[in-house]
Amino acid sequence: MPAKLINLEIDGRIFQAEEGMTILEVARREGIHIPTLCHHDALEPVGSCRLCLVEITHRDWKGWRGLVTSCLYPVEEGLQVTTFNEDIRHARRTVLDLLLARCPNSTVIQKLAAEYGVLATSYAKNETDTNCILCGLCVRVCAVKGCNAISTAGRGVERVISIPFDEPPPDCIGCASCAHICPTGVIEFEDADGVRRIWGRSFPMVRCPSCGQPVMPEAQLEFEAAKSGLDPDYLRTCPACSQKKTVDTIRTTFELKAVEVAG
Amino acid sequence: MLIKSVKALEDTARQARERRSAVETEIIVCAGPGCMLKGGLAVAGALEKALAAQTKAARLKLGLKTTGCHGLCEQGPLVVIQPQGIFYTRVKPEDAEEIIKHTLGKGELVRRLLYRDPDTRERVEQYTSIPFYSNQVRIALRNVGRIDPCDIDQYLAAGGYLGMARALSEMKPEQVVEEITRSGLRGRGGGGFPTGRKWKTCRNAPATPKYVLCNADEGDPGAFMDRAICEGDPHAVLEGMVIGAYAVGAAEGHIYVREEYPLAVERLQGAIEQARQRGLLGENILGSGFSYDIRVARGGGAFVCGESSALMKSVAGEVGEPRAKYIHSVIRGLHDRPTVLNNVETWADVPWIITEGAEKFAALGTERSKGTKAFSLVGKVRNTGLIEVPMGMTLREIIYDVGGGIIGDRPFKAVQTGGPSGGCLPASQLDQPVDFDSLTKAGSMMGSGGMIVMDDRTCMVDVARYFLRFLKEESCGKCVPCREGVHQLHAILERICTGQGQPDDIRKIEALSDVIVKASLCALGKSAPNPVLSTLRYFRDEYEAHINEKKCPAGVCRSLFTFQISADKCRGCGLCTEACPVDAILGELKHVHQIDEVKCTRCGACRNVCRADAVEVV
Repeated sequence: MPAKLINLEIDGRIFQAEEGMTILEVARREGIHIPTLCHHDALEPVGSCRLCLVEITHRDWKGWRGLVTSCLYPVEEGLQVTTFNEDIRHARRTVLDLLLARCPNSTVIQKLAAEYGVLATSYAKNETDTNCILCGLCVRVCAVKGCNAISTAGRGVERVISIPFDEPPPDCIGCASCAHICPTGVIEFEDADGVRRIWGRSFPMVRCPSCGQPVMPEAQLEFEAAKSGLDPDYLRTCPACSQKKTVDTIRTTFELKAVEVAG
Repeated sequence: MLIKSVKALEDTARQARERRSAVETEIIVCAGPGCMLKGGLAVAGALEKALAAQTKAARLKLGLKTTGCHGLCEQGPLVVIQPQGIFYTRVKPEDAEEIIKHTLGKGELVRRLLYRDPDTRERVEQYTSIPFYSNQVRIALRNVGRIDPCDIDQYLAAGGYLGMARALSEMKPEQVVEEITRSGLRGRGGGGFPTGRKWKTCRNAPATPKYVLCNADEGDPGAFMDRAICEGDPHAVLEGMVIGAYAVGAAEGHIYVREEYPLAVERLQGAIEQARQRGLLGENILGSGFSYDIRVARGGGAFVCGESSALMKSVAGEVGEPRAKYIHSVIRGLHDRPTVLNNVETWADVPWIITEGAEKFAALGTERSKGTKAFSLVGKVRNTGLIEVPMGMTLREIIYDVGGGIIGDRPFKAVQTGGPSGGCLPASQLDQPVDFDSLTKAGSMMGSGGMIVMDDRTCMVDVARYFLRFLKEESCGKCVPCREGVHQLHAILERICTGQGQPDDIRKIEALSDVIVKASLCALGKSAPNPVLSTLRYFRDEYEAHINEKKCPAGVCRSLFTFQISADKCRGCGLCTEACPVDAILGELKHVHQIDEVKCTRCGACRNVCRADAVEVV
């Protein structure tokens, strides 16, 4: 059953969208820039970083206007959105200033903050040296994968990304999705001599049958094969060799067809 | 023994009343939170022992029971003799025999235990004559202090579950929603959302199943209204929830009680079991065909779990963190289903509205704030305790007429209302009516009913710092403006209170507060700057003294003042020397005393005991 279509206004322009889409989804579709830090298309939005704030109003709202996170706000008929004004600029600038106080050594935050005119934080610097902005992306992707090996612990500024009882997490499959999704590069892992080390655990990696390069941890292969139903041998082949195989298959098919057509 | 019909309910209630009719006089011992702390249960035990020593005939005529909070906690342990309404205060176990003897005897009064009016110095016999009580209208607290909360028969005898019976047997669900809407009832937990409208939206939401929940998290420091209701009249909450569930179409509910209220959990649990046994909760209530059951869920020990979406996550077994409520909980709440969540006091009001009628409730209060509100009146006020007054009563009337004015007749400085989400209002605002809207315009809010009275020995900057520290520790940490912003606001206040304020600080506080208010994910963050913004609005000079002169005029922030004894005022009585914990005061009797500034820790004990107001802040 197709979703209901509605019209909304973003920065003075009218767009059509499906009911259930978020403001951010429509904006991205139309090439309208809204910055984000804690957003990822593969994950449900949480509205944690507040960078994607936009101002909304509606002709039926008697002049009421307010800031909402565009990653979460569902579009509706007649919605009027402003993606940049002084309130939004001030809010984003303050958020980045606060994040810079928390993570003064993060080059990612430094760069973003500089875009909003913050070269040094106006607040008290964090005593602990961390680049973690607590966006939660690592925890969320681990949950979506189905592993739930890492989690947040604690509250407020004491909140941290944590592993159960501070011990190497037994549910981790070594996929390093957390490390890859982290916007500030906080989570470290090392691949050396066919072994991946992450979260205090060591994962022996499977090697590509074609080229012999390490591809992914065995634990990850087993988990993903079981979950996706894909052939483990397919997963075991490294992307480069997999691509080569596909090209070879296409070329062979083409050549055979050419021969067939020619004669 | 199952009660299978409305008629059976009425019969049971009548029988319960008849059983107690042989009792001529009741001795009621308050077992509310305040009185229990002061030894009320020991008093009850002593009275029981003294009663057991009487003749059988005497014992038949006298009833003894413990009840929930009577409200005048300052004067506890309290004992009330009914039906005469005799009010004994500061009762000790040693007084028990005398009370029994005199009450059984010629009905004489133990005069030394009677409440003494602080202005006329006269003893007052009946509690209804005490201004603290005569100014109150108790609806949510109607049974608290009158019935034994562990005995369902007393609840029935007082008319309990008749509202539920009326709703189930005489009204359609839509009519119940109508009645609550017409009463003008607005949520008592602080949000003030029109209850009827909330129920109607949930009722009309297409998804099922639906849930009806109770918020008994009561996180505001100093608030104990909900605690008193849960401990003192748990059935009122249950009855209200059944009525709400019927109106909305829910079959399952939870009462989320904060971890720190084990007695409330016990009482609610006990009431649920009793109600189930009687067929007043669970399957086929009163033979009506409507089924609804309730479970008690315990909080995890976090203020943020009082926020509705965090509460629902916690009930579902997840971490209690709020979500952006662009889609309201009445549409998608617990387990993503339509959910009604109301506060304890709101639920306690519901049966009364159904029994007495919407018009009667709407006749009380103001145009947009109908009915009554319970408050915990605490701080530097004479009559510290629990009250319930009609909406629209002014701050002045509450603090002076009901509260009895400021302890020691010191000057009133401010009243903090609405807990950590609220603000402080000064003397110029004392004539503001207390309702949902007026206090908000003045820069505070009524909130869930916490009211902290402050005198001239309170530092308003320190008050802001206190609330910010609380909020910083309770922030869930999900969103940047609240997690980092409140932490930084608190850091600025800490600097100011320890003499490290900078000229730019007030501007910084205001700019940061603006973003925290506009950009936070939930109401905890959005309202977190209220304490500092309201104190800046009305007590800016105090901030400026801290920042520019490095001085705390109220004499609270220890590194920003010293105590000095005024040579003009000091009578040389020596009370301060006795009170000083570090022997920093020297002086001979009848001669001016002196404080050694080096030894002095600025604890304020000398200032508190001095009857000549001779200890000055310099």
